[in-house]
Amino acid sequence: MTTEAKTNPPLGRVIVITSGKGGVGKTTSSAAISAGLAKQGFRTVVIDFDVGLRNLDMTMGCERRVVFDFINVIQGDAKLKQALIKDKRVETLSILPTSQTRDKDALTKDGVEKVLNELKTEFDYIICDSPAGIEHGAQMAMYFADEAVVVTNPEVSSVRDSDRVLGLLSSQTKRAETDGAEAIKAQVLITRYDPDRVNTGEMMTVDDVLEILAVPLLGVVPESKAILKASNVGTPVTLDGPSAASQAYEDAVARLTGKQVEMRMDGERRPGFLQRLFGRAS
Amino acid sequence: MSLFSFARRKAPPKTAQTAKDRLQILLAHERSSSGAAEADYLPMLQRDIVAAIRKHVPIDDKDVEVRMDRGDNMSSLEINIELPAAAKGKAD
Repeated sequence: MTTEAKTNPPLGRVIVITSGKGGVGKTTSSAAISAGLAKQGFRTVVIDFDVGLRNLDMTMGCERRVVFDFINVIQGDAKLKQALIKDKRVETLSILPTSQTRDKDALTKDGVEKVLNELKTEFDYIICDSPAGIEHGAQMAMYFADEAVVVTNPEVSSVRDSDRVLGLLSSQTKRAETDGAEAIKAQVLITRYDPDRVNTGEMMTVDDVLEILAVPLLGVVPESKAILKASNVGTPVTLDGPSAASQAYEDAVARLTGKQVEMRMDGERRPGFLQRLFGRAS
Repeated sequence: MSLFSFARRKAPPKTAQTAKDRLQILLAHERSSSGAAEADYLPMLQRDIVAAIRKHVPIDDKDVEVRMDRGDNMSSLEINIELPAAAKGKAD
């Protein structure tokens, strides 16, 4: 797969990572999924659509290397090649940061389409990290998508907002507006899942969430200490040592590429009594 | 926390400290006036450099690569210009 993918013509698949609600893990998931795809050998680029509140660069650990951005490219001030930051850990991964100083109106539909079309000639997967909300920035992130990953926490406001976003995906996007086009393939990614709290009935189950949203499940990412640790150091969780969260993201990535992977819902392993007593090695 | 944790207090790498350091470097830069103006000066700088080189050598916009690495004490700006086939090689 690794070497195969590079010689084939690029797949040019556009996937938006969206949610409506903020703080549910869109950027964490964008980073983890894009790094996971790149690790499989797929040429992958991840784009930050959160104009004015750039954060993907920090999550990816390339904040000190940003020269030109997505908006510079849209406005013709820089070539796409100059704005793309090549990841130093995975050769097939690139990051397109957004502007920290402009506002969302700088994202024009024509501009976004032009950039995406250019990326499609070089990349297998184009991951669009959407801003929170359902305003212009979020609409631009989803408009040209072929697929959508709706990041949802098993919590009432997140599920409600995800439902709203699913509605927009099926009405306010290019595929929705084009007669005869196949609908966007939308899947839900449940994050911050806590099996212990589900077992005690304090948290909605995966089935509860799926019953309400009525879309296929891409994966279940358990609440994990590995997430904060990875973001502290600017490493996508899928590139940062083994953990329950990185395993869950790897599984989700495999499913995105069409593989059948059994859904596991076990959380982070808790330290046993002896481990607690004597302290843990890591 | 655990019974013997005092004995092993020193070693583990603290990612929280890394997070704080990264933020301090980034925010010091973003809060300064040059941080805000940067988005405007880099494209202009690049245009000027390309124009200056074009007076002597025909190059394309695509042949210019600008790289930045920001540090706490020093930032570096690296500009790579690929010269056309006749004058093969790279000039920094």
